[in-house]
Amino acid sequence: MSNRSSIDGIIERSRAYNCVQCAKCSSVCPLSGVDESFSPRLIAEKILLGFDEILYEKGLWTCLTCGACDDKCPSDVDYRGFIRELRGKSRQREEVWKCAHGGVLQSLMRMMSDSALKQDRVGWITGDMKVADKGEILFFVGCLPYFDIIFEDFGVKSTDIAGSAVKIFNHLGVTPVVMQDERCCGHDLLWSGDTENFMRLAKNNLKQIKKTGAVKVVTSCPECYRTLKLDYAEYFGEQDFEVLHFSEYLSDSINRGELVFNEACRLNGRVTYQDPCRLGRHLGVYEQPRDVLGSIPGACLGELELNRDRAVCCGSSCWINCGQSSKEIQKRKLEEAKSIADLLVTACPKCQIHLKCAMGDLEGMDMDVVDLTVLAARALGYLV
Amino acid sequence: MTSGFEPRIVAFCCNWCAYAGADLAGVSRFQYPSNIRIIRVMCSGRVEPSFILNAFDLGADGVLVAGCHKGDCHYLTGNDKAEGKIEQTRKLMDILGLEQERLRLEWISASEGLRFSEVMREFVEELKKRGPNPLKRKVVS
Repeated sequence: MSNRSSIDGIIERSRAYNCVQCAKCSSVCPLSGVDESFSPRLIAEKILLGFDEILYEKGLWTCLTCGACDDKCPSDVDYRGFIRELRGKSRQREEVWKCAHGGVLQSLMRMMSDSALKQDRVGWITGDMKVADKGEILFFVGCLPYFDIIFEDFGVKSTDIAGSAVKIFNHLGVTPVVMQDERCCGHDLLWSGDTENFMRLAKNNLKQIKKTGAVKVVTSCPECYRTLKLDYAEYFGEQDFEVLHFSEYLSDSINRGELVFNEACRLNGRVTYQDPCRLGRHLGVYEQPRDVLGSIPGACLGELELNRDRAVCCGSSCWINCGQSSKEIQKRKLEEAKSIADLLVTACPKCQIHLKCAMGDLEGMDMDVVDLTVLAARALGYLV
Repeated sequence: MTSGFEPRIVAFCCNWCAYAGADLAGVSRFQYPSNIRIIRVMCSGRVEPSFILNAFDLGADGVLVAGCHKGDCHYLTGNDKAEGKIEQTRKLMDILGLEQERLRLEWISASEGLRFSEVMREFVEELKKRGPNPLKRKVVS
């Protein structure tokens, strides 16, 4: 297939041919707000007019694929899908693209796609946590053990999220399955155009999940959630397990009256919530995390000005794009959060890492950023 | 391990000490195995975990990072930074299930040509015992 005809295919699948150049996408794009040179509309226009050199430009890789544009598009263009496929194209042409952190995370993910690898990734499970090898409910950890090492300097301990989740499961009388040799879900590789390695990771995970006999897969990472729920279904057909984000699981348990937070562990403070783009705009989970926050004793929830479907991304995604614009987005978010709350809660381990990183660059910014899962475990009296 | 296995080693050598040491080994005609591919970096502190993991991902059986002796760094503290980064990489390798012995950090000064050849011989022996990199899906020669 010639290059142009495959690009035509991308235009068709993402419905980009509907684009009327109204630039509503550029007006809501969080990146365009801090970086004038980035315009989603212009990228679409160039591709539609056949200026394929855009494949060699930075814009394609700085897009956050947060989906703010998709929500506003009057012509129903699937812009994030459009960017995702174009990135695949850009890679095929051996375009040099640079990932944040020297591409170490992508290297790790590619290595994980090799089935010969035998990982030792469950070191975070302590004696007081009960996990199983087979069972109905599976907890999908994601790359948290790797984040712990790579982002040690920011004082982020991502496996606390997994530990909290397991403790909450145990509190509810559930012994979750944790896979000893779980692989990365493949989200970041898929969104950086590396479909081949994504498929290998996904196949490996699906095989392992089937072996455990799980009917419910719960994850605390919105990116894993999106990938397991939407992308695995897209590439491998409907799966016979249900996928839930931990906030949904928590909110269900609260509604059924099974989970009651400990009044003695009152939070006493103003909190605000950062909507992760994968959880919010990609999958429409807005209320469950807020319900959980609402039922934590003493948590007084204040909203950021742009919340729910209008929420601004944490400034970086897929470990590809980090730079001045990301920092500016993060700075604005942290400043706003600090003005209305004492505690910033997020439901995504990556948002937490990005915001903590930005905090290190800002003087006098010492706001606490906590994951919802960890906060819930604390409200149950666990020391996390 | 299988006879005839020749490990492939990527060596990151600092410009001021280890690379000069390798050079000296060459001009002094010290024999050492030819399993090594040297990449010259300005300082061992420049070698990031991603360089090392990428080498393993592309099929290297071993990675050597070599810099100036402690206190001798051309940039004063570059080799301290290298030590920290290697430590971090080792932790990642632990979780990944790659043997730590496949990654070696050595201090070799510009005058230690003999030591360079000895380190190479030792490392090749060690890797021959351990066998090939378990990840052999994408081999770049």
